[in-house]
Amino acid sequence: MPSLEYFIILSAILFCIGVWGVLKSRNAIVIFMAIELMLNAVNLSLVAFASNVKIILARVIQTMPVDQVSDLLRTSTASGQVYVILVMTVAAAEAAVGLAIIISIHRMKDSVNVDDVNIMKW
Amino acid sequence: MIIFFVLAIIAVFGAVMVVTRKSPVASAVYLILVMCSLAGLFALMGALFLAAFQVIVYAGAIMVLFLFVIMLLNLRRDEFGHDPRIIQKYLGFAFALLILIQGVFILGWAMKDYSAGAGSISSVESGVTPSETVPPDDYSSAESVAETLFTKFAYPFEITSVLLLAAIIGAVVIARKKQPGQDEEEED
Repeated sequence: MPSLEYFIILSAILFCIGVWGVLKSRNAIVIFMAIELMLNAVNLSLVAFASNVKIILARVIQTMPVDQVSDLLRTSTASGQVYVILVMTVAAAEAAVGLAIIISIHRMKDSVNVDDVNIMKW
Repeated sequence: MIIFFVLAIIAVFGAVMVVTRKSPVASAVYLILVMCSLAGLFALMGALFLAAFQVIVYAGAIMVLFLFVIMLLNLRRDEFGHDPRIIQKYLGFAFALLILIQGVFILGWAMKDYSAGAGSISSVESGVTPSETVPPDDYSSAESVAETLFTKFAYPFEITSVLLLAAIIGAVVIARKKQPGQDEEEED
């Protein structure tokens, strides 16, 4: 397996492509897809940190009794992955509500271009 | 290592395609490609449960929802033909690049500490080099993740179910059609 840095850099690149997509596109659905891309990038970095927890917690492990190390590693790795599951749940909820808002806007304005939607502006 | 680079290049290519395609359907299909390659990366790190979860929940459920809405709205490609703000494209790209450079600098700064930690672990446990950092399988198995989720994270898990309920109700309320003869103040 490649080391942690490769995964974090890949995650940063994907996140910045997501930022680019949010800033650039005017189609609300494409903006939502770019947000999903950013959430995925964060998930990747969470899983990478969870898988490399032995290195990250090296200093803590050094000062710990040996019989607790395995338990700590197990809990930390699983916790990182539980965070990913929670992020996926939030992403699902966000997609459901966001797409409902897009449908509502499309019904009202007959467009999903975000430049056409400024009812909350002033 | 080769698997990592192949999957990473597929992911970055797909992500760029998501942003640059004109048609939302093409973007959605490329986003599915990105999510599948990320699932491969999860599996590479030993998180097999999350890889399956990624394919089922993201590439399966969420992207089907996206495609469903795109098809439902019947978006036309030429709706976004003329771009009144050409500067938005380049400024957006410049800002994203700026954030990336910032992130890489912060990463390099943080990695000093990390490298020191990596050096000390290999001195503590002889025979464990920093490259062999995949935890044993039971650390990231479905059993271990489920045990943590239902014991240590039981309270956030319950909150999540309330969140999903709120999202379902919110989506139904927002997306439904106005009933004729309903009070205006209630709907708007």
